[in-house]
Amino acid sequence: METAKVVESVGFNILKQAVIYLPDDVKAALKKAYAEETSEMGKTQLKAILDNIELAEKYKAPVCQDTGTIIFYIKAGAKAKDLDKVEGALINAVKRATKEVPLRPNAVNPFDQKNSGDNTGRYIPHLNWEIIPGDEIEITVMTKGGGSENVCIGGMIVPGEGIKGLKKFVVDAVVRAGSQPCPPNILGIAVGGGADISMKLAKKALLRPLNEPNPDPELAKLENEVFEAVNMTGIGPMGLGGKTTILGVKIDFAYRHPASFPVAVAFNCWAARRSTARISADGSTEYLTHKLNW
Amino acid sequence: MATYKFRTPISEADVRKLKVSDVLYVSGTIVTARDQAHRRALQFFREGKPMPVNLEGLAVFHCGPVVSKDGDKWTAVAAGPTTSTRMDLFEDEFIKNFKVRVVIGKGGMGKRTTDAMAKYGAVFGAFTGGAAILAARAIKSVKSVEWLDLGMPEAMWIFEVEEFGPLAVAIDSHGSNIFMDVAKNVEANKQKINQKLGISP
Repeated sequence: METAKVVESVGFNILKQAVIYLPDDVKAALKKAYAEETSEMGKTQLKAILDNIELAEKYKAPVCQDTGTIIFYIKAGAKAKDLDKVEGALINAVKRATKEVPLRPNAVNPFDQKNSGDNTGRYIPHLNWEIIPGDEIEITVMTKGGGSENVCIGGMIVPGEGIKGLKKFVVDAVVRAGSQPCPPNILGIAVGGGADISMKLAKKALLRPLNEPNPDPELAKLENEVFEAVNMTGIGPMGLGGKTTILGVKIDFAYRHPASFPVAVAFNCWAARRSTARISADGSTEYLTHKLNW
Repeated sequence: MATYKFRTPISEADVRKLKVSDVLYVSGTIVTARDQAHRRALQFFREGKPMPVNLEGLAVFHCGPVVSKDGDKWTAVAAGPTTSTRMDLFEDEFIKNFKVRVVIGKGGMGKRTTDAMAKYGAVFGAFTGGAAILAARAIKSVKSVEWLDLGMPEAMWIFEVEEFGPLAVAIDSHGSNIFMDVAKNVEANKQKINQKLGISP
């Protein structure tokens, strides 16, 4: 197969799917929240969200105008060919999607404030690589909204505070974020590793579907505890009050240095956009999260 | 919780009828402005330069839309609100100088803006964050675009809209601010949560 061609076409497809069609688990969680929300203001907001999701699908238009910063997670089979062509192909996919879907150009030079106009620039789109056995290439795209990105936070707690310190850090982060990150949100939480590692893991944890609890029962329990605690804040949909502040909590961790206890909280907005496809060595492609629908 | 439908230009008297929790729909002209457009508009005012549109009685929309161009014609594809908190820096001066009556956004605004809205007569209409297609459907046409050198999200887009909403009146012109009320409530709830989790504050 011609890796560059296939990857460009698959990259375009998963980007287009991601920005138009929310994953089923996110839609289901929003519907459940709408059924259970008791605040009138909150219910109105959830209704608008559900209506909007339907309209986006109907008109095949991006569900949110902030089509995000584009991040790819790639699992590359060690025996896959032409892996050096993947980055260029994905950059081309992003440029094409920006024009054709269309996406909002969201890549700005931080020093001269110029927008590149095509969602590409230094380190953007951002690629995260993992080498796996075999000859397949699995590509996931996350388009990450700015409002929820602005309240992501990493920090260092005292190791002696342990998990209690982690819980406090998370509750404080949610309260500080308040209405800004388009609640209801999804929280990715990670501890350990280091300042950079915890934040990377926290963000990657957002890729785990809402209906998949943590495989570690202790962490699944902690996810649940944080979920219930945060939904007691009363921030509610769009911060207008209510009991739906988050739709889910996803926790990951790395081993930590004895002296350090890095923690990170990554917020995702309700428009939690992601899409995955797997490319076989012969170029055939399986779309894992979405059915191609256009 | 009353529902109001206003057409621009909106008068100060009309806008003062609105109370928090009311629902508002706006028809007529709304103008987008984010961080950069606010900054430039205030600079224009200071330098006595004429603004590309007269904003009096209009609604300003914190939004960086996705727009597409077919020939000379622009279409708004997706146009939900951005986080308004960032515009707190500029909004009191903006309301004072340009006499906009409705500020449309999400995520709330603080005391400075709330005070300016009370003093000069304006409200904050919260539009559901991310509900970009709901918003785009209410945009009947793109009248023009100004300051496109700021980039698509930051440019000033002038939209003709029909019943744009529902907007939840979250800050009224009488000093009430739902976001500030919720924040107070959240602080109180935080104590309960800390107790439940066994955290000492």
